[in-house]
Formats: sequence, C-alpha cells, structure tokens
Amino acid sequence: MRKILVTLLFLLFGTSAFADCNIKSGSINILANDFPALRTFVETSKQCKGSADFKVTHSSEHNKIAVPALTANPSEFSARIAANSSIVPLMNQDLIRPLDDLVKKYGKGIQDSQLITIDGKVMAVAFMANTQHLYYREDVLKDLGIAIPKTYEEVVAASEKIRASGKMQYPYAAAYKAGWNLAEEFVNMFIGHGGEFFKSGSAQPNINNAKGVATLNMLKKLSELSNPDYLTHDSEAIKVEWESGNVALMTLWASRSGTLLDDEGDPNITKATKLTGPATVGGGNIPAATLWWDGFTLAKNRPDADAEATFRALAHAASNKKMVADAADQAVWLVEGFVPGPKSIGVIEAVKMGAKPYPMLPQMGLMHGALGSEIVEFLQGKESAEQALKDVEAAYISKAKEQGFL
Amino acid sequence: MPNKTFFWFFLPTGLAMILFIGLPIISTGIQSFYAQHDQVVKEVKKCDPFGCTVSIVVDNEETSKIREAKPLGKFNGFGTYTDRNHLAVDEIKKFWNETENFGAFVDQVTNLPFYKALIFTLTYCLFVTPNVLVLGFIIALSLNAVARKIRGPLIFGTILPMIVTPLVGSLVLFWMIDSQGIIGANIQNLMNDPYLSLKSSKTLTWITIIIYGIWHHSPFAFVVFYAALQTVPQEPIEAAIIDGASRFQRIKHIVLPHIYPVVTFVALISLMDNFRVFEPIIGFSAEGSAQSLSWLIYDNLVNEEVILFGSAAATSMMTIIGIAILLAPVLIRTWKEFKTAR
Repeated sequence: MRKILVTLLFLLFGTSAFADCNIKSGSINILANDFPALRTFVETSKQCKGSADFKVTHSSEHNKIAVPALTANPSEFSARIAANSSIVPLMNQDLIRPLDDLVKKYGKGIQDSQLITIDGKVMAVAFMANTQHLYYREDVLKDLGIAIPKTYEEVVAASEKIRASGKMQYPYAAAYKAGWNLAEEFVNMFIGHGGEFFKSGSAQPNINNAKGVATLNMLKKLSELSNPDYLTHDSEAIKVEWESGNVALMTLWASRSGTLLDDEGDPNITKATKLTGPATVGGGNIPAATLWWDGFTLAKNRPDADAEATFRALAHAASNKKMVADAADQAVWLVEGFVPGPKSIGVIEAVKMGAKPYPMLPQMGLMHGALGSEIVEFLQGKESAEQALKDVEAAYISKAKEQGFL
Repeated sequence: MPNKTFFWFFLPTGLAMILFIGLPIISTGIQSFYAQHDQVVKEVKKCDPFGCTVSIVVDNEETSKIREAKPLGKFNGFGTYTDRNHLAVDEIKKFWNETENFGAFVDQVTNLPFYKALIFTLTYCLFVTPNVLVLGFIIALSLNAVARKIRGPLIFGTILPMIVTPLVGSLVLFWMIDSQGIIGANIQNLMNDPYLSLKSSKTLTWITIIIYGIWHHSPFAFVVFYAALQTVPQEPIEAAIIDGASRFQRIKHIVLPHIYPVVTFVALISLMDNFRVFEPIIGFSAEGSAQSLSWLIYDNLVNEEVILFGSAAATSMMTIIGIAILLAPVLIRTWKEFKTAR
C-alpha cells in the first residue's frame, strides 16, 4: 500500500514539473552517437540543466572526433557518451576522469550495477545495453515449415531452404560492410566459437587457428546467402533491405529494433518481423554475439565546475524512471524501473545465454581495424582462410609495434 | 617582370605556402620517424553491468612520466617505413626466397596493404589521366565548333560533373549500380546472371571508379582547353584551309602545337589530383576492393579507435615522394623548355 502511494506521489510530482537539479553554473557540452535512445537520454538530461550552458553534438562520426576533442585543454566536450569499445582509447590516453566523488554526492538514483569500475575507480556510468541478435520473418518461416533458428548452422539451412523455395534470392542479411562492421561480425562469430583474440596475458594475436578458420568459413557461407553487395552494406542498408521485404533472416543491433518495428513501411512486413536471441555457432553454448553498454564519461581536461554540472544533468537522466517508462521500446535501459518489452527480447536472451561483453582491452581497437580490411579477400574468394588470418595477424603486429604494445 | 617586383608580388603567397604547406610537411616528416613509447600496462579488476573480470589497462601514471620526458615518442628511424604495413622490406625478401616463380612472388607482394594501394592508385592515374586529356580536348573542340547561341548552356551542362561535389556524384552512381539500381539491375538482366554485382567484384569496382574519375575530371580539362582554343590565331588556320588541309591536319599541325603548354599544365594537375584519389572510394563504399594511398592515411587516422600517427605520416611522406616521381618527367621537360625559351 505504501509503495503504491509513493509511486502515485512520484507520478504526481514527477510529471507535473521539470525536475530542476538546481544547477547554478558551469557549462555542459556532450558528444554522443546518433540514434533515438541517445537523443532521448540527452534530452532528458537537458531538462535539469538549470542555468548552466547546454550544448550537444550527436554524430555517427563520434569516434573520429572524440580523442582529438578531449585531448585539447580545455577540452571541447565536458562529457562523451561512450561504449565498451570507445571508452578504451579515452582510457589509453588518460582523457577521462574518475567519477567516485560525484557519484557519492549526486548519484543517488544510480544503481551499483550501472557503474563501470576500472581498478576500483568509477570511470563511466552505463544506462543502456545493446547486442546483435537474430530477427526473422514469421510468415516466411511458417509457410516453409522452418523452426526459429537457434544456431548459425540452422540459419544457413533455413536460408538455403528459403532460397530453394524461390521466395527470396538473398534471404540472409548482416552488416558486412568492409571495415568496422565486418570486423564486428568476425568478433561475434569468433567469440561464439570460443576464441580468445590474444594469447593470455599478452598482446600477441591468437586468431590464426582452427577457431579462426571455422569463423571465416561460417562468415563466408552466410555471405553467399546475402545480397551480393554485402561488402557495402552497413546496419542502415540491411535495415532498408529488410523493410523492402527482401530478407527473412537477419543479424542486427538490438538498438535498431525500434525503427524496424515502427509504423513506417509495409505493415505486413512489420507485423511479421519477430525478434529472438542471438544464435550460437559450431556447437558452442555461448552466443556468437557481444554485449555492449552505452554510458557517459566525463572529460578530464575541463574545470571541476563543468564536470559537476555535467554529471548532475546526466545522472538525472541515468536514474530517470519516467524516461525509461516513456521510451521503453527505444532501448534496453539499465536504469532502475525499466520493464523490458517485446523489443528487448534480443538483449535479455543474450544475457541469459551468457553472452560475453566486447573485449575492453587497450590493443583491441588495432585488432578490430586489421580484421576489417584483411578478411575481405577471403570472402571474395581470392585467398585461403589461413592466408587471410595470417595477414590479419601480420597487419596487427605491425600496428601494435608502432603503438608500443609489442 | 623584374625580379624585385616579382619577389614582393610573390612574398605573401610564399609566406602562406611555407606556413600552411611547408611547415606541416616538415612536421609530418619528423613524426614519421617516431613510434609510440612501449605501453606500460597493468592488470586490474574491471566491472560493468555484465559482471567483473580481471583485464589489462594502460598504466596512465607511468605512461605520462615517459611521455613528459620524450613527448615525440620512441625514435624509430625508418622502422615505420619498412614495416609490413608500408614498404615491407623483410616480407618482400622472404617472399623472394620462398616463392618458386615470379607470378607467385607478385601475388604475395600485391597482397601487402601498401603495394595493394599503390597498384590501385597507379592504375587509376594511368587510366584516368590520358582519358581525361583526350575526352576534355574532344569536348572542347566540339563545343568550339557549335553555334554561339547554344554554346553557353552546353558549356554549363558540360562542367556540371565538376560542380557536383565528388562525394555526392559518387553516391548517385553508387545507388545506380546497386544490384537493384537502374544500371546494376539492367546489367544483371543483360548478362543473365542474378549474382552479378558491380560492387562485390574487384575488377568491376575498379572499372566503375575509373569511369567515375574520367567523368568527374574531364570538365576541368575541357574548361582549360576551351579557353586555350580561344587564343588560337585564325590566320594560319585560314591559310591551311586554303592550302587544302583537312580538319584533322589543322588540329594536329596548328591547334595542338599552339596549346601544347596548356596540355602539359592539365596533365600535371590531373596526375597530381588522381594520385590522391580518395572520395570515390568512400562514396562507393569500395574499401573492400579498392584502396588508394590517401585512403590508407585516412584509415590510419580515423578508422581505428587507436590513431596511428606514425603510420599515417609515413604514408603521407611516401605519397609526396610518389607524386614527385610521377611529375618529374613533365617538370624536367617544362624546365628545359623554359630555359630554351630564354
């Protein structure tokens, strides 16, 4: 009873007025990626800016801007919305500040599970989770009597069946665009095979082995079932393919489900679009997918007053029950009070299945970069899997030597 | 112009060039000889919403001490130039010793990133530059021959490809050659091969980019040639007509020699531009099949989460050297002509 009363009171007061965090000074400038959930998050934090200056840059090129902008002193941005992978270069260069004091002082509503701690220091506050998982067309699978695939082997078999039926020529899609996207698919599949990217305790590469070859062969099989232009397709491009009804099975980010299931586009396709957990591969029991968090970090090269103002505004959003209730279908929020809806199935399944987070290692970015360009020729049928993996390792080693990791 | 006047005339431009081109090149050169310090890493406990693990991070305290002592980094000499991602000296020696025939050796070498990019860059230059010159000249001649009334709109139409931003131009073509685009779908129909894709085949991607390059650069050659054609004196041409020279003979013996310096100029600029081919690769999302030297620099600077300044600087320096080598014959020739003219 008391709980209900408290909730009612909260609703009454929480919605009637903008929460003003009573920020008196300082300036807030945020750098973030550009997708709906992050826009919602930043808008929510703006509500409590008080009399502080508030600026935001949403850009899909955020990775290219972040390090130079935060290296400057004073830095251009006071906060950067980062993820597992993009926090690493900021840590490597010592560009973000520990948040322990601020969390203690202003982080009342933030749950402990949201805190990213490294060496005992809070370096970021996470607010949403993301992963890549399977999407399927219920109508197509039903017509052909195909069960919902649980492994990538089943995805291949199902896609072959769909192709043989003549319904679709290229039934499978995933973001295989050469570069970052393709490398990400390799990372997922390699982890699904139980691979480790580096020899334990060192920065020596460890991908030229049976697991690496199996990974490449699976990627190749899937690519043969995809649109022949797959090397130019990023997440946005395959989303368009899906919406035009050319694809029946797809691996895509959970954070894109909102735009796939909205009212735009053919209602029949939208109705038949269903989500399921990520697939496993090669008889493994962990999914061939990586878990990601998105969270905020604060720039080191910025006065304390700015950091304080920025933290208070962002913490307001990172603990905002109203935001996660209103925008429940935009993301899998890690904020207290979030009730998972049908669009969060992918991430929740992935966590249940024991998916691993994307490796947060200082040299991982170099490996990711080397993968993105060196495995292309294998997929095009121009070289063997072993040669491709040898090339990746060689390219990585040269880069890692230049960066002082080897 | 007396030398003194020329000096004062040139001074502002010269200063700006030193400041904005000369000094950055020198700084890039210095940077290319340095690599990052050895990373000091430590094992720490990391916790995130998905659980805790023991993992490594860069030890910032130790690293900043080393960095303060030597801000440029670790001196690496030509280490970056000769590593596998650039000139790959050791790898090439190894391939030479290990491979049985020359074909296999070439295969191995062209599999290295720098040589892969160099071959695409050179192919692009060699196909685009002459075609641009020829096409530009033909268009200029044709337009020079049409009635004055319609010349204006025609000229405007011809230089459109140059006005269109390279990225936008390549994107338009990119969508047209999509397997569901107007060109891509028709080629599939024509060849009767539903799996044919202009974007996934390396050869077809190269051809597409080269055709795009010719389309984009021809207007520049055309504009310059057209301007030059206006200066061709009419008297010798009239005399040639009276002598019974054909149109082709007139062009070969009067027009071409007259505008020859301009041809050299256009060839120079085109070569320089084409050697730095970059935008179409991004526009066509062709990173998988076609990489140029400029794209390698871009890749080192932005595509990785860790920025490789040393690599990018080394590739930049080699691009400058490459342009210098390509331009040398033309420059030497111009210099000789300049001397004889005096």
